[in-house]
Amino acid sequence: MHPILGDKKRLALYLIAWLILTELLFYVLIYHSGVSKLAAALYFFPLCLFYAFICLSAWYSCRGIPIDGTSFAGLLGPHLLAAIIVSFFWVLVAKALARAVSNFDRYRGFDQSIAREMPLLFAIGVLLYLLTVALFYVLLAQEASREAEQHEMEARVLARDAELRALKAQVNPHFLFNSLHSISALTSSDPRRAREMCIALADFLRATLGLGEKALIPLEEELSLIHSFLAVEKIRFGSRLQMEEQIDPATLDCMVPPLILQPLVENAVAHGIANLTEGGHIRLQASYRAETARVAIDVDNSFDPEAPARRRNGVGLVNVRQRLDTRYGNHASFSVEKNGEQFHVGLVLPAERKAIT
Amino acid sequence: MTQAEARIRAVIVDDEDLARQVVRELLAEHPEIEIVSECANGFEAVKAVTELKPDLLFLDIQMPKLDGFEVLELIGTDMAIIFATAYDQHALRAFEVHAVDYLLKPFGAERFEQALGRAKTRLGGKLPPAPELRASTRAPGEYSERIVVRDGTRVHIIPIAKLDYAESQDDYVALASEGRKHLKQQTISSLESSLDPLRFLRIHRSYIVNLERVTKIEPYGKDTHVAILSDSTRLPVSRSGYGRLRAVLDRKG
Repeated sequence: MHPILGDKKRLALYLIAWLILTELLFYVLIYHSGVSKLAAALYFFPLCLFYAFICLSAWYSCRGIPIDGTSFAGLLGPHLLAAIIVSFFWVLVAKALARAVSNFDRYRGFDQSIAREMPLLFAIGVLLYLLTVALFYVLLAQEASREAEQHEMEARVLARDAELRALKAQVNPHFLFNSLHSISALTSSDPRRAREMCIALADFLRATLGLGEKALIPLEEELSLIHSFLAVEKIRFGSRLQMEEQIDPATLDCMVPPLILQPLVENAVAHGIANLTEGGHIRLQASYRAETARVAIDVDNSFDPEAPARRRNGVGLVNVRQRLDTRYGNHASFSVEKNGEQFHVGLVLPAERKAIT
Repeated sequence: MTQAEARIRAVIVDDEDLARQVVRELLAEHPEIEIVSECANGFEAVKAVTELKPDLLFLDIQMPKLDGFEVLELIGTDMAIIFATAYDQHALRAFEVHAVDYLLKPFGAERFEQALGRAKTRLGGKLPPAPELRASTRAPGEYSERIVVRDGTRVHIIPIAKLDYAESQDDYVALASEGRKHLKQQTISSLESSLDPLRFLRIHRSYIVNLERVTKIEPYGKDTHVAILSDSTRLPVSRSGYGRLRAVLDRKG
């Protein structure tokens, strides 16, 4: 894509700059040759406009000869040669045009009075061409720096993506070791349940492992992941963990970032249920809001406001919030509320139906 | 040997039934150890230990009500303590210095026997006082959010924001909160180091004050001052304490 021909605004700016330059030359010319102002204007401006477009061809040679890694002579040589050829060609056109002008009775003899100025015109042609070359090199440098900036930005975005993927894939070691401990307890007392728990844990791990590469998954898949997570926790906590679900079927095929809800449920267990002697309940709700094309998801759980502080507290919530920000900007919302002995996390996401990744 | 050889009385503390089951099962091999109580949370643990005075305690760290460290802080260390935890770097650091042993879940019979062996040799030995252990488990820049106090077999939890001031009384500190005073076996210096210096200040050899409660400072006698709290309690301020207090209050404006 030509940087000036391909952009109307730039072309206008280029032509204005060219006009200012040629106006100066125009005064030099009439002072020198003594032709009438009107004749010179009618002759000189179309000629310069024509040359302005000719000079735009310098772009292609500039792109072919990069300024970095080319010696000064290697740079100047070809461009100077081009300038001479182009300018020579321009002078030929100028002569032809002068002859055409002098065909009018009123401007008879114009070609003779202008003929003396041809060496000057030639020199100006060479200079203008070289000036355009310089302009193109400036544009090239600008483009290169913008590209570098964009590369850097892309790299930053990629790094962040990688970080998020790592966060997503991270299984809480506390959960893992405690589950293994429960399995080890069950191996002697209840081998059947030990096997069930092994399978539930394996299901959960397998599901999280595969998610690293995916940007979005259907809500249904996220829910099944949560179910295998809760199947493990249910064996650990027994009757202390009560689960309740209200899922609008219209939300099941909506796409959500993977592992966006699981950390919320994990939090509800680790910071809610685990701190309650008598246990408590977790309620998961998903509803579809047709008027705004949004999916609203709520996770509520009971918790003990006086529970001892646990490490890692809040990290899960911060990650979820950050990931929503990165993915949706202000099209998604995230809220956390503590109300007496109830903890509530609510998120609202745009409802995307098909797998657009 | 005497009584200890005949019987070791043990208490198991863990909020997960299956985790208690593992310990119970591994102890079945040891007729000399008698399980006198099983507790599912910190409150129960404090009560059981205070009443039953066991020789050996198996203690989980993350539990409802009180965590393992808080339990230890309240019951003292007149027994051998074996911690059991799934994953906790801070705890590991503390155990290296103070605990009889720690078990990382999941653990098997071999590791358990090793811990039990250590506990037996250390039984009756001198163990470091609990507040010290508590302090060493805190990362630098991390301060207590609450103080736990035992009153007989009952436990009071004082959130830091509700602590008005603390007064040293021999081996105890009296903690003033919501018009009541709670006695705790701890030195005032150890308490001071566990409190956020931006919120609490040692104004006197025997007093730490919650800065938010201070309304006025008045001169008192030749060299000393008195701090007046929002509930009009008057606390003595020493000369060096006055310097520190002025500096903090001036900074706050």
